[in-house]
Amino acid sequence: MEFFIISMLNGLSYGLLLFMLSSGLTLIFSMMGVLNFAHASFYMIGAYFGYTLTNVIGFWPALIIAPFLVGGCGVLFERLTLRKVHKFGHVPELLVTFGLSYIVYELVQLIWGRTAVEFTPPELLKGSAFTLINNASTGLQFIWGAAPAEMCRASDTAIRIVCSPFPATRAFMMFVALLMLLSLWLLLTKTRIGLVIQAALTHPETVEALGHNVPRVFMLVFGAGTGLAGLAGVIGGSTFVTEPAMAATVGSVIFVVVVVGGMGSLSGAFLASVLIGVIQTFAIAFDYSFVSVSKDLGIQLSSAMQNNSFLKLTISQVAPILPYLFLVLILIFRPKGLLGTREG
Amino acid sequence: MMSYALELKDLRKNFGKTEIIRGVNLAVNAGERIAIIGPNGAGKSTLFNLISGRFGPSSGQILLNGQRIENKAPYEINRLGLSRSFQITNIFPKLSVFENLRCAVLWSLGYKYTFLKFLSGLKDANDLAEKYMAMIRLDKKRDLLAMNLTYAEQRALEIGITIAGGSNVILLDEPTAGMSRSETSRFINLIKEVTVGKTLLTVEHDMGVVFGLADKIAVVVYGEVIAFDTPEAVRSNAKVQEAYLGSQLADEQAGGH
Amino acid sequence: MKTYQFKPYNVGRWLIWSLFAIVLICAPLIFTSNLSGTMLAQMGIAIIACLSYNILLGQGGMLSFGHAVYTGLGSFVAIHALNAVTAGTSHVPVSLLPLIGGFAGIGFAILLGYVTTKKSGTPFAMITLGVAELVFAMSLMFSEFFGGEAGISGNRVAGQTVWGITFGPQIQIYYLIAIYTFICVALMYAFTQTPLGRVLNAVRDNPERVEFIGYNTQRVRYFAFIIAGFFAGISGGLGALNFEIVTSEVVGAGRSGGYLLFTFLGGATFFFGPIIGGVLMVLAFVLLSELTKAWLLYLGLLFLFMVMYAPGGIASLIMMNLRVASFGKLKQVWVSYLGLFVTAFVALIGAGAMIEMVYHLQLNSALGNNLKFMGVVLNAKGVDSWVGSVFVMLTGLGLFEVARRQFLVEWGDIQIEIEKEIKRREAA
Repeated sequence: MEFFIISMLNGLSYGLLLFMLSSGLTLIFSMMGVLNFAHASFYMIGAYFGYTLTNVIGFWPALIIAPFLVGGCGVLFERLTLRKVHKFGHVPELLVTFGLSYIVYELVQLIWGRTAVEFTPPELLKGSAFTLINNASTGLQFIWGAAPAEMCRASDTAIRIVCSPFPATRAFMMFVALLMLLSLWLLLTKTRIGLVIQAALTHPETVEALGHNVPRVFMLVFGAGTGLAGLAGVIGGSTFVTEPAMAATVGSVIFVVVVVGGMGSLSGAFLASVLIGVIQTFAIAFDYSFVSVSKDLGIQLSSAMQNNSFLKLTISQVAPILPYLFLVLILIFRPKGLLGTREG
Repeated sequence: MMSYALELKDLRKNFGKTEIIRGVNLAVNAGERIAIIGPNGAGKSTLFNLISGRFGPSSGQILLNGQRIENKAPYEINRLGLSRSFQITNIFPKLSVFENLRCAVLWSLGYKYTFLKFLSGLKDANDLAEKYMAMIRLDKKRDLLAMNLTYAEQRALEIGITIAGGSNVILLDEPTAGMSRSETSRFINLIKEVTVGKTLLTVEHDMGVVFGLADKIAVVVYGEVIAFDTPEAVRSNAKVQEAYLGSQLADEQAGGH
Repeated sequence: MKTYQFKPYNVGRWLIWSLFAIVLICAPLIFTSNLSGTMLAQMGIAIIACLSYNILLGQGGMLSFGHAVYTGLGSFVAIHALNAVTAGTSHVPVSLLPLIGGFAGIGFAILLGYVTTKKSGTPFAMITLGVAELVFAMSLMFSEFFGGEAGISGNRVAGQTVWGITFGPQIQIYYLIAIYTFICVALMYAFTQTPLGRVLNAVRDNPERVEFIGYNTQRVRYFAFIIAGFFAGISGGLGALNFEIVTSEVVGAGRSGGYLLFTFLGGATFFFGPIIGGVLMVLAFVLLSELTKAWLLYLGLLFLFMVMYAPGGIASLIMMNLRVASFGKLKQVWVSYLGLFVTAFVALIGAGAMIEMVYHLQLNSALGNNLKFMGVVLNAKGVDSWVGSVFVMLTGLGLFEVARRQFLVEWGDIQIEIEKEIKRREAA
């Protein structure tokens, strides 16, 4: 039971991280028609900036400053490069961001090296947010923070006690993501600039005709989107690992999220992120394969079937391809995506 | 009983909650030339989009030579004998004039998706493309890339691509949009020439064009056809005058042709 | 404004193809070293791969991030077929194994292409990425087919030898590759002259209009995808024979990215562009990577530069200059070109020095602080070296900008003169 809750929360936190990234991607795509191939690269830069800044001024200031730095990089890139190829169409825009991803990857390796760096979370976040103790005799208990050792070890070995801590970093991730989601929603629906952005999402020329500086709005949106990615990077980098390969691992998943959710739909991206996050987290935890399950159920399988590598695959081994499998299935059965409105 | 070339039965289209087309009924005989006029936003282009399959109606029927075509894909409708041109020029910019026309005839000649024949060896396709090129007077610009043509030349090519497939029902969406007086009158003659014997529906704003070209006029206002009759009858129709033709300008334009 | 033309070669067609054949035949006789031998073989393979990729990109307007799936799966199927020949269970001659790779390419393209070509444009690109990741992730899971970490190896000296040709020596496999290259290039060129090829171009230019002339756009793309898959599979099969080992990186994102990068660099808007791209790809991977560790960075920067300023690639640059030359105006501008190249070179030296110094600090700091760069000793930790490099780079950049503006002015003048000349010839 506690396993389910903790895994669910883990999955949610991962899904929310994916959403932090894919929301920026969706905003930029909806707004400018550009699918920012380098979005995960900005995520990576955020992590590395966070790492370097943490070593200089501490985690919490870094958490605030790094996203702005990353957003600044995004603005610079938009101004210098993206704007120039805008007139060539969408394919060159995609290519330019593709090229940027190469360059960022190489630069990161150049500056910070090819191996992972030690980006550790601050003291406050190092422990557990809370712990669920499943005591066979007393039932499920909820304790803030980490559980003291005596509560996890029963003096009587007959009683089974399982302590499941939930890391504070993950909790913090969820907190920041939800905060971000809320502010994004408020910004888009309640403020004037949000209204302009919403309008420019579908009718940029009209908005420009009304006197708004649409290129500047584009630049700001690109900066905001990449800044969000940077924020996700600081949190993700300190929670997981900060290495040059981190852009690639999360990059393809967020593209899947965006296509599965429906290109251009923020709510679709949210749904898809959470879905994929939860499913993948659960899948990794399950060590069952077709063969092992049959064994548990007492079904006799022929030795050929038992040795079949396909059937021997455990769900946890299959976990990495689940998002892509999901992508293919969605494309066959619901090409618009879960909540898509635009026929890409 | 001879079926109509094109028939619209109680056609409706909503975009979200907005009803754009509110029950259009139209019956066009083969070989007729119909002009569709109406104020901006009346739904004329939407009608064309519905007929040509760009999107499907919310309800109602569209019949082409007696066969229902609503909700069919554009290419299916085209293969059944209906072609359309676009208000915003929709050609193949990086292909030459000749190639543009040749592509337009390929399917109708049955070449489909073959990759086992050479284009240079397809005598019928090449001859047909040459013929249409001469018809639209672009034979001197044969190898020029379509994107390098002048605006009027591109509009001519647009018409050329539309008719090259040999369809019997032609829809022209504001073919003379953006043209000068002289260009327009030359264009009207071109249209008359190339659509001999075919059923023609054209959306137009220029009253001179309308009265000079059409056998019948359909007046579309707020998604409904409020009149469908000969030009003279429409001109004197009180409802139409009230909605659209009530200005002296229209009278003058009409009188000029 | 640059105009791109898909010009079919009419005059001298025989000349060009004969020249191509002669180059293929004589290349290993001129470049005789072992390194050249392997590079030439790889170039043939790369040319087929990049041309097959361009069926999608340049001819169809379909940006794929996962072309390596089809070349790679072709490689795997071919190497398994090779092992079957070695084991005696198959009697297919080794020389025809690349065709088996080709058929594998067709099969996978039919299977995966159906889902992939359901969309176009940006969603299409994302789907190819997803499918590529799917296949790559699967390659780590199914070790019977993909060989796990070690990959699958084979021996191309297998089966019946015909006329004493075993394909053991590098020169023999080169000529096999050369024959396949010539035939595949010819076939792919022929494809551009067929109805499907031409309608594919129309789909690239205006997919919506194509529907209104009677063609199912999705079908056109699907068929083109399958044909591209065929040639990709052949390329993969040749690769399997050449290297005699296939590992899961052949379906990886790096390789797909490479195809994209170099096809674009070579030029996607002309038929021969990917040929240039394929040659450059091998040169970069084999030679450039030896020269400097920062080669991927330079490549990325070059790619970015090309997308912004020369989206037609090297092929379009060549054609533009040929056009200017055909009007006899090239000599007017060669001084500006010289200026451009020299200043760019200077800027490059400055930037290169800095990058090399950083790499040195990163990787070789145990060897001390000094490194040799283009014959000059630099101190990676020394202020002089850094200040000097920054100065050189900034000077180069500044002068480049000046040269560029001058060049643009002259180029614009020439274009105007050419337009006048064209009008004059038309009227005459």
